Amino acid sequence: MPEIAIEVRDVTKRFGSQTVLNAIRLDVQEGETLVILGGSGSGKSTLLRVMIGNLRPESGDVIAWGKSICTMSDEQLADYRKSIGVLFQSGALYNSMSVADNVALPLREHTDLPEETIDIMIKIKLELVGLREASTKMPAELSGGMKKRAGLARALALDPKILFYDEPSAGLDPVTSAEIDELIIDLNEKLGVTSVVVTHEMESAYRIADRMVLLDRGRFVASGTPEQMRDSEDPLVKQFVHGLTHGPLTDRRRGGQYEVDLLGGEV
Amino acid sequence: MLTRLITRPITALGAYVLDTLSFTGGVGYLFRDTAVAAPRALLHSRGRRLGWSNLWAQMVRVGVRSIPIVSLVIFCIGAILSFQMAPILKEYGALAQIADIIGIAVFRELGPLVAAIVLTGFAGASIAAEIGTMVVSEEIQALEASAIAPVRFLVVPRVLATTVMMVCLAVVADLVGSAGGMFVSRYFLGIGYLQYAQHTFTAIKLQDFNTGLIKSAVFGALISGLACFLGLNVTGGAEGVGNATTRTVVLTIVALIIVDLMFTSVFYYLGW
Repeated sequence: MPEIAIEVRDVTKRFGSQTVLNAIRLDVQEGETLVILGGSGSGKSTLLRVMIGNLRPESGDVIAWGKSICTMSDEQLADYRKSIGVLFQSGALYNSMSVADNVALPLREHTDLPEETIDIMIKIKLELVGLREASTKMPAELSGGMKKRAGLARALALDPKILFYDEPSAGLDPVTSAEIDELIIDLNEKLGVTSVVVTHEMESAYRIADRMVLLDRGRFVASGTPEQMRDSEDPLVKQFVHGLTHGPLTDRRRGGQYEVDLLGGEV
Repeated sequence: MLTRLITRPITALGAYVLDTLSFTGGVGYLFRDTAVAAPRALLHSRGRRLGWSNLWAQMVRVGVRSIPIVSLVIFCIGAILSFQMAPILKEYGALAQIADIIGIAVFRELGPLVAAIVLTGFAGASIAAEIGTMVVSEEIQALEASAIAPVRFLVVPRVLATTVMMVCLAVVADLVGSAGGMFVSRYFLGIGYLQYAQHTFTAIKLQDFNTGLIKSAVFGALISGLACFLGLNVTGGAEGVGNATTRTVVLTIVALIIVDLMFTSVFYYLGW
């Protein structure tokens, strides 16, 4: 039985009257790459933000290495966050700093390392993502793919035990997207980090996933290995995984309220 | 229909009161967090490395660059005051007292206030836009995810820098404003530099200068505090950033005048 790194226990999150996550329950196992799938509005990015402690759920709990991150003190939460790395959808580089300074910031903030050592570490991290020659560039001078690489180098700065990726292939061309996927696999194998990837790109999900979880409208739908998901008979899983135009996802969108709506609710 | 007519204004008033309360409360919390985080940012061994360089960068950005504009505006106001006062004072045969009036008005009131208003447009707006943009581009989330508290990293250096620089700017404004009055008096009213300066120095007490500086410090904290708060609470992309910037300028100017009134009335009763 593999060790469990993070355990999401019945997490419910609401924004106003809208329930974005509804009693979500899942485990992230040590060393695996878990892909969280779902369409837009399925709550997958919200789940990621709950898992990194940026959002507090209304009920339920997230247990990381045996400790609840929802009831932690600020210092404990800071320690937890030092042990994780997050790649945001846009890369989220600090636009006022060069690429090297972006990578150096967590090191300067959280360690007592001298500048010479930090310089070397920046080079190592940037080399890992293939961006060493761009270290003096400003974020505005980088392409979308390079921004993600730089964001990834920064996420790696403190040698995290677990990496979170929010839509790593969003806004990238297929080749760059495949390169980022290669990088995710590479880091998982080379450094042995656990990865949690939120995405809706099936192609990239199949490339990287050890295990998949499908969410829909804030609810857990199914989980399993890529093969299990591909062969699933569940109509919802089938439609999403194979990108079909007919199925429960699209039927719902065409809901029967149209006539009522057109005639001003007087049918 | 009729009940709607009655309930609607009540609901609107309630919503307005709640909004105002939560806004004031939010700003209050931000100031408290800033006060708590400030020592850590500047004195703690790790925070120090970035804390001081951040603070320095912000002081240059906020203060140094606004010196020319503050000087220009307050010089003109000093000159305007001279022209406005001269006919009345002449009537009473007290034209030489012009330096006293301008001196006290500038040191107690106009220097700090004009500097604060210029700084609102200059630093307040740019701080709100900068932090708002960081919210939109997920940079704040990224800071939090790297266990770097945005209040300590972004708000503390800005609030401290603005407070310190606002006091310095007030001193500059005091001097340049008096110079404006002096300039007009010399070339249009026939009062010599020396005479003007002598009048200014005898009229102004240390208290006039100090009360102006106390106000300035509070103005500085207010400008950057409001700008940071509104910037951090941006929602909805580029449009949200624009709204926050506008709201920062408008709300800050209103708040400045109200706080100014409060301080001036307290000083009046204390006899300062």
